[in-house]
Amino acid sequence: MAATHSTSLARSRARMSYVFVSGYTVLLLLFGLAPTLFAAYLSVTDEGAFVGADNFLRVVQDFRFGPAVLHVALFVLFWLVGLIFFVVVLALLVHGLARRGVSTGLRFVYYVPGALAGASSVMLWLFVLDPTVSPVSWVLHALGNQTFVQTVSPGNLPVVFAIIAFWTGAGGWIVVLYGALNNVPGEVMEAAKIDGAGRLRTALSIQLPMMRKWIAYMAVMSLAAGTQLFVEPRILSQASKGVVPVDYSLNQLAYLYAFKQTDHNGSAAIAILLLVVSLGLSMFFVVKGGLFERD
Amino acid sequence: MSLRTRLSGRPRSGMLTLAAVVVAPALVLTACGGGTSGAGADSPYGFETVEQEEGSPLTVWVDASRQPAVDAFTEAHPDIPVTVETYDGGANGSGTFQTKITAFDQAGSGWPDVVFSTQNNDAAWAAVGQTPFAAPLDQGYFDQEFLDGFTPGALDPTTVDGTVYGLRNDLASVVTWYDQSLFDEFGYDVPTTWEEYEELGERVAEEHPGYIVGSVGDAWTPEVYFWGARAPMNTVTGTDGFSADLTDPAAVRMAEILDTLIDSGSVVQDSVFDAEFVQKYTGKVLMLPGPVWFSGALFQNADSLDAPEGTIAAGLPLAWEGEEAVTGNVGGGTWFISRHSANLEAARTFLEFVTSSEEYQVDLAPGLPAYQAAGEKWLENQAASGYFAGDFAADVATASAQVWDGWGYPRFSQEAVFAKTVTPQLAAGKDLVDLLPEWQTALENEAQVNGYTVE
Repeated sequence: MAATHSTSLARSRARMSYVFVSGYTVLLLLFGLAPTLFAAYLSVTDEGAFVGADNFLRVVQDFRFGPAVLHVALFVLFWLVGLIFFVVVLALLVHGLARRGVSTGLRFVYYVPGALAGASSVMLWLFVLDPTVSPVSWVLHALGNQTFVQTVSPGNLPVVFAIIAFWTGAGGWIVVLYGALNNVPGEVMEAAKIDGAGRLRTALSIQLPMMRKWIAYMAVMSLAAGTQLFVEPRILSQASKGVVPVDYSLNQLAYLYAFKQTDHNGSAAIAILLLVVSLGLSMFFVVKGGLFERD
Repeated sequence: MSLRTRLSGRPRSGMLTLAAVVVAPALVLTACGGGTSGAGADSPYGFETVEQEEGSPLTVWVDASRQPAVDAFTEAHPDIPVTVETYDGGANGSGTFQTKITAFDQAGSGWPDVVFSTQNNDAAWAAVGQTPFAAPLDQGYFDQEFLDGFTPGALDPTTVDGTVYGLRNDLASVVTWYDQSLFDEFGYDVPTTWEEYEELGERVAEEHPGYIVGSVGDAWTPEVYFWGARAPMNTVTGTDGFSADLTDPAAVRMAEILDTLIDSGSVVQDSVFDAEFVQKYTGKVLMLPGPVWFSGALFQNADSLDAPEGTIAAGLPLAWEGEEAVTGNVGGGTWFISRHSANLEAARTFLEFVTSSEEYQVDLAPGLPAYQAAGEKWLENQAASGYFAGDFAADVATASAQVWDGWGYPRFSQEAVFAKTVTPQLAAGKDLVDLLPEWQTALENEAQVNGYTVE
């Protein structure tokens, strides 16, 4: 009797869980999977006829493709390295602060820029980057940038975009990692202290390994966003009157293919290439970070 | 199928549509014994129209500078409701107009009725494709008499395969702006050739440092200096042929002149629209080759250089020694009408107003109107106001007739290529002469992805 009762409860619970995830699943299928499959279909066809790798060959041979790959790769490299390093350090520092008020205040301050919508925060950066109006113009001058055109010259752009992205996105991750640090059991920390581990030792040997999954999670999510670089170069392009090219990133190139050359097959091919590359890199972080390992 | 063949197939399908449009009304007429709606394929305008809705509001896209045109129209025609949206006007080859329209093409709705673009070459794009945006204007939509009222040659950039797809707002030929009072003060003669221009630039840099004779900081530098130098770097043959030759002596010589003057400091790399340009060079612009619309945009503008009355003159275009002068052209906006407009009649009234009416083009327009009658009055007004030194009306009129016809209007933007390829490297201190090969490659690449055969 009791047994049948508990199995029927489990069954109805399982049924309820399907209902709860169904909303997300339906939306995921409609707006995530279906467009991806459609893009995959478009990328191997031309006006409905199967053409194999033709579209891929065409976009890869496009003179804008190579530079765009390089731009995005450099940006992602600078950004991910900077993000992981600074976010982890800042989260550890904030967590280590003894006084609660300061710690809460700092978390809030870090988070604020992230609350600004992407495009508007880039607008803000336009002023920061222009040596004639920038509040930190002395920094720009010290780095040898006398004019806006020099600040946004191709060599500087990956770093510029990485700084913008860090400024807008890092705060949220600091809060997330702070939460992860709270999950490190107090007994473990205490045991470490008793064993004579200092702050640094604790951070390196206890906290970092226990944050590993969260760091991997951050890397995967940021990688997906980073390879899709679009808003920042788009707005900088308009503001710099075209000095930052409209075909700077891969996503911009896909956009031009679709909406300037009306070549949706080529555009889809770029999108699929992006998907494959970011999936591959994500797998690296998932495996290295042990994201799906169960304790 | 390669991109190129697909694109080159377009005009053919355009011709088919045209043929269908011409034949279809005849068929409909014989079938029904006379249509009445004036819509659909039965339109008298020479293209297939959508169902017309009298009194439906006009959606108009303009750049910020054209807002007064819309305001003047709403004042003169309060009965026609206008929804105005400002956008960047496609400035510096941003391509905003094209990408937005293509998005609407995909959606199948949402097109504006009237669009103002700062880019002359937009017609080459708006007239073609599977769903061309621009309505043909000379197939019965506008009276030929009205179209003939434009300054000869003014509609050339918007004419594709013999059909007019857009109306020019203003003429934008390049003139040689100079400050007469400074020339008097320094005791210099106004140059008439590029060689003299180079000499003067070097001399002023030495004798009066801080004063300038030009700027290469804007994306239209190729149109100002290289078009005027007859550099064959934007040659369009037929609908799909393109060539650029930056090894041509005219291109190389012009690059050398600019290098010399940039080094000396009399040609600067600031954009004339930067706040810093105004700050640094107000009262210090000895010469500034540039389009006619610099008049209202820079000199006679309290927010810009704000030159005192009687100092600035619009000199004739410069020539190579021993050659006839030609000149370039920087934009001169174009008005397009959408084929998808549901109120073509109101759109026509709007276009007639903004291109030819005295209320806007003579009284308010910052640049020389492309509509001849308005243009003459505008020049008269400018001359009568006594603001400009020298023979302003005559020199501007002469320059307008000297635009070199060897410079084409391809589907991509020369300005965008210059801005991304040359501008940052000049800022990094490289010489223009050394950048010519890279610039040529960039132009050829751009032409290729836009469906041109590079010759």
